[in-house]
Amino acid sequence: MAQGFAQWGNDLYTGRKSYQIVGHRRRFYIVAIVMVVLSFGVLLTKGFNLGIDFRGGSEFVVSNVSDTSQQPAIDAVAEVAPDEVPRVTSVGGSAVRVQTDRLTADEVTEVRDALAGAYSVTEDDVTTAFIGPSWGKDVSQKAITGLIVFLVLVGLVMTIYFRNWRMAAAALIALFHDLIITVGIYAAIGWEVTPATVIGFLTILGYSIYDTVVVFDKVRENTRGVLDQTRSTYAERANLAVNQTLVRSINTSVVALLPVSAILFIGAFLLGAGTLRDISLALFVGMAVGAYSSIFLATPLEVSLREREPAIKEHTQKVLDKRAALVADAARSTDDVSRDAALAAAGVQGSGQLLPGAHQGNKAQPRRKRGH
Amino acid sequence: MTLAVLILALFASIFAGTKWSDASTTPGLALDLEGGTQIILTPVATEGKVTDETITQAINVIRQRVDSSGVTEAEITSQGNNIVVGLPGTPSDETLDLVRKSAQMRFRPVLTVGAPTPVESTETETPAEPETPVTPANPSDLAQITPAIQAEFDALDCTDPANLTGGLGDDPDAPLVTCADDGTAKYILGPVEIEGTEISNASSGMGTTAQGVSTGQWVVNLEFNKAGTEAFEVVTDRLFSLPAPQNAFALVLDGLVISAPSANAVITDGKAEISGSFTRESAALLANQLNFGSLPLTFEVQSEQQISATLGSEQLEKGLIAGAIGLLLVVIYSLFQYRALGLVTVASLGIAAVLTFGVILLLSWTIGYRLSLPGVAGIIVAIGITADSFIVYFERIRDELRDGRTLNSAVEKGWDRARRTILASDAVNFLAAVVLYFLAVGGVRGFAFTLGLTTLIDLIVVFMFTHPVMQLLARTKFFANGHPASGLDPRRLGATTRYAGRGRVARPGTQDASGTSDAAVTDAPVDEPFGSPTREKVGAGASLSGATTGDSGRMTIAERRAAARRAAQDSGSTTDSSTEGDKNEENR
Repeated sequence: MAQGFAQWGNDLYTGRKSYQIVGHRRRFYIVAIVMVVLSFGVLLTKGFNLGIDFRGGSEFVVSNVSDTSQQPAIDAVAEVAPDEVPRVTSVGGSAVRVQTDRLTADEVTEVRDALAGAYSVTEDDVTTAFIGPSWGKDVSQKAITGLIVFLVLVGLVMTIYFRNWRMAAAALIALFHDLIITVGIYAAIGWEVTPATVIGFLTILGYSIYDTVVVFDKVRENTRGVLDQTRSTYAERANLAVNQTLVRSINTSVVALLPVSAILFIGAFLLGAGTLRDISLALFVGMAVGAYSSIFLATPLEVSLREREPAIKEHTQKVLDKRAALVADAARSTDDVSRDAALAAAGVQGSGQLLPGAHQGNKAQPRRKRGH
Repeated sequence: MTLAVLILALFASIFAGTKWSDASTTPGLALDLEGGTQIILTPVATEGKVTDETITQAINVIRQRVDSSGVTEAEITSQGNNIVVGLPGTPSDETLDLVRKSAQMRFRPVLTVGAPTPVESTETETPAEPETPVTPANPSDLAQITPAIQAEFDALDCTDPANLTGGLGDDPDAPLVTCADDGTAKYILGPVEIEGTEISNASSGMGTTAQGVSTGQWVVNLEFNKAGTEAFEVVTDRLFSLPAPQNAFALVLDGLVISAPSANAVITDGKAEISGSFTRESAALLANQLNFGSLPLTFEVQSEQQISATLGSEQLEKGLIAGAIGLLLVVIYSLFQYRALGLVTVASLGIAAVLTFGVILLLSWTIGYRLSLPGVAGIIVAIGITADSFIVYFERIRDELRDGRTLNSAVEKGWDRARRTILASDAVNFLAAVVLYFLAVGGVRGFAFTLGLTTLIDLIVVFMFTHPVMQLLARTKFFANGHPASGLDPRRLGATTRYAGRGRVARPGTQDASGTSDAAVTDAPVDEPFGSPTREKVGAGASLSGATTGDSGRMTIAERRAAARRAAQDSGSTTDSSTEGDKNEENR
């Protein structure tokens, strides 16, 4: 299979085999739009299941206990509210602190009784209180400010690096796509949103842009000097770039997803709810969507945007006209040789990446060996 | 080499740290993994209004102060009117002050200074004058010292520790009788002239004399904002001409005078320096407190208790197991994909792991960095991002090999291009880390720190380990000859013949051990194998990427050949090989 994969990689690189990803971009746009709309739908109808860090909750302190182990408290809370994942902490040497999501007054009483029973203390030894969120509005506010500043800066950096704002715009749109779908899928699964989840989402930001930059770097390399030739259009060159980085994208995604899925598997099936499960789900979904979008969304979007540039628009038209003329030539031609030649020239569809020649001077000469 | 020195230096300093200082060979763990101390703060009831708003405000200020004192992830929640602060480890007195001290800074002119002990009022006649409110000409006016204030001043005993606790609630518009914070003097001060809110920036450092020579004393440097600068200029202008002690102004922190320097000049640049009996820690503490404004309330510590980890210890254990499994899977996959080259990935990841561990140890010793579970997850995720740099690099090398380069030049050429990509994409990651670190608070900040750290380590490893190792490997026979298990077999990579000039082509994969291009050159035309019927045979040789390729024609060589061959088959006439060679020449 490795043989096949390597061969496949070769074919993608040389352009013998090429997936028309840019050519079929409308299809991918529709998929993206549907996914984003669905995600919004989930967010609006179902919303987030915000955890104790965001909404505050109930706190029980059981004092004068002889045994500060955590399990009795977990069992006691599970009796009353089965979905609840309490945080149990021992405080000092003889007290246990139990934090849960906000419970109703009845539930609070029940949990208190259950805790008193579990630790065999009197009810007076169990105090209850409501606690505020540790991840308050101000923390979210600051995180969002940071996010916006990051997006603006990253837009600037990419504009400068690629010397084209349309590339930056495409990358940012792809980023929003990733983020919204990741958040949507997380909300659809309905696991509690904890600070770990938010950190997972933030990691996705970096990862998505990172992945897109790698692909765009190849696009830029392939489309350098595209206007100086008439063999292939900008879109075809870009498509070749996507195909050529496909192996890289697959390898990278697999390598990035392997550790995350290991955490997700262990977190979800062995540990149950908790930091590891939350962060790894957010990361798993986000990385998968990010890898998808860097191939199937970012580059097609970039091509769509770039084709609005007058120079590229004109060039595309010119290439297509020429090609049509060649095909027409071939049809008229009675000579097999010239027909073949014309058809070959017309049918390339962007395979191969040719750059117009330039005289290299002595750079074309073999390099002198450095002595060793 | 540099890398080896770097790693050695890193671990040597950590080792030295464990030997002579309080560094340890295990990283500090955050609240969620190790537990710490829970401090319950209750607002001091007499002062200020305790509302939800002031509590939220206080939480904000406390969080900023804790964050800026290091990369500890504190957990701060409200519980009714109390504030519960969870800090990892055992907090020092400085840290406690950080969360409970209001740090309200006010600037008042000095009216009188006295010895700290109470003075028996010599004037037996009690104030007979009616208590008419005095309207002072300016805040330094001695007329403000009414007999009542004088009596209060006389009675004040600054040697009594009870009088040195400070507090809020002094009336900013009235004179104040108070002690120096170390109990060495007592003061009568005029009304507040500048509020601490006018301070735009505070920092601690070594004090310097006017000549720029270090005084060896720790000081806190203040910078005022525009309004503060103007007010400060007016004050120093007035005090400058007054006799001692009225030419001094007092810096009042939470109702106690921490310093009362005299104005020796009119200060117009809005910069002030507080010197006093500071240590490095206390100067940093005060600067930190001043930077984030005062707490609207003063708190007292109601309880301070050890708490266990909020997450079970099995979470960390299982997380590490998950990380190990993930790493193993990555190793298997990269060996499968890249054969022997995968070993380079594995070794690089190993180096990255060692570096990360070392840096985390170093940081948890020097700046109190603590690893939380999200941090651990972030590091595990970094495996993927680090491995990606190698993948980008290896794929580039393979691309160059496909173009028919020798391994040596493929490594150099591939590195040229991969470096750009790696730098650009890591720059984005690093940008994200820096922005989030400076703008966000709490857990996000800790995460950003980890992200930035792993990004930098990725760069170090790729530049200082992976690339040099590849250069070395390219010289070995095993890799240079493209052994099938090397992962760089040009034949498997489908490298096509490369045009070598003068009508001849070089076949790949035949370079000698030293990697120099001693390519077997055969006469053109080569009999090109026909591809499988499903694949259109478009010459990869013509698709030499990069600017060295010259092609201004319509057809690639291979296309032209294919066309010629078909023509030859159809018409039965043969194409002269020399003609084709000429065409090739044209194409160069």
